[in-house]
Amino acid sequence: MTPHEAKGATQYTTYHPRWYRTRVSTYWWLGKWYYLKFVLRELSSIFVAYFVVITLLQIHSLSRGPEAYARFEERMRNPLMIALDAITFLFVLFHTITWFNLAPRAMVVRLGGKRVSEILIAGSNYVAWLVISASVAWFILR
Amino acid sequence: MAETIQLEVTRYSPEHDAAPTFQRFEVPYRKDWVVLDALNYIKDKLDGSLSYRWSCRMGICGSCGMMVNGEPKLTCATFLSFYAPDAVRVEPLRYFPVVRDLVVEMTDFMVKLQKVKPWIIRKEEKSIADGEYLQTPQQLDVYKQFSMCINCMLCYAACPVYGLDPLFTGPAAIALAQRYNIDSRDQGAKERMDILSQHEGIWACTFVGECTEVCPKHVDPAGAIQQYKLTAAKEWFKSLLMPWGAK
Repeated sequence: MTPHEAKGATQYTTYHPRWYRTRVSTYWWLGKWYYLKFVLRELSSIFVAYFVVITLLQIHSLSRGPEAYARFEERMRNPLMIALDAITFLFVLFHTITWFNLAPRAMVVRLGGKRVSEILIAGSNYVAWLVISASVAWFILR
Repeated sequence: MAETIQLEVTRYSPEHDAAPTFQRFEVPYRKDWVVLDALNYIKDKLDGSLSYRWSCRMGICGSCGMMVNGEPKLTCATFLSFYAPDAVRVEPLRYFPVVRDLVVEMTDFMVKLQKVKPWIIRKEEKSIADGEYLQTPQQLDVYKQFSMCINCMLCYAACPVYGLDPLFTGPAAIALAQRYNIDSRDQGAKERMDILSQHEGIWACTFVGECTEVCPKHVDPAGAIQQYKLTAAKEWFKSLLMPWGAK
């Protein structure tokens, strides 16, 4: 029984009793950059979650005073942690850019009967990103 | 001697073969020939037993979709010159069961298409004497892109979700449901929502986006599905906030 039949998909008709079905390879996403990009984009969620957890831990140690925060910093100085953070940074960047680029496809904004151009919708996301990042940087570095 | 090009074509005879094989054909190479012209040449001059679907040869009927070098393509709009001098591999549309050679079984798509009710639904039909349902150019513009679908099923062959979960309603059927949902004359959005908001409907889609890339009519089914997800999420939220609201 093929996976299709097992899941109860439409079965054969009277006139075609013997169909040939190909199985989907487990590595279907490796052959093509477009599919690989999709899988990497999905995978990036894990790194986004990791980034959130680390940030929460950082805030938590900050709330427990300077010594706790120094201990946190010490732990983060580990070369393994730095390598992991570098990979996480790349994936979070990839996550952000790919989703911003896809945003106009899901969002249809109409102004005066005309659809607002894709560049404008994606662009506004990037502008918001830049403004928020700049204000966070200003807050920390001032 | 005139230039030629090699074609590797899937052959499968349900009566004789356990699995499909490839057969090589040498056909004349002409700059103005599309893959479908080469298949017609094979059928006319080399092997009359080759089976494949085609009709209009001008990108309207949606019959001649096949895998050309692994990509879902309308063979009537795919020029040999794009691949020459390399061989061109022609296979039946991916993820569909093969009936014979390049012919796939498409009942699954037809059943799904019908299930999403892609027609105008009215709560109360106007009488003929009352005249047509009028629409402004702006109202037409809202859904026109989605109405360009020719049911060629290339988007299904591009969709790994459909390949892995055959119960998935699929890109074209959802895009066509959305085409009627946003038609100003239609009142059936609620009826379609019950079908499409199931897991096998819009929520099975993971936004791979390849359906939109391969669509020969620039329908953007991936966009249609994401837009529909947004609508469904808003509806769900509304019903949560105002459970007493009119259904």
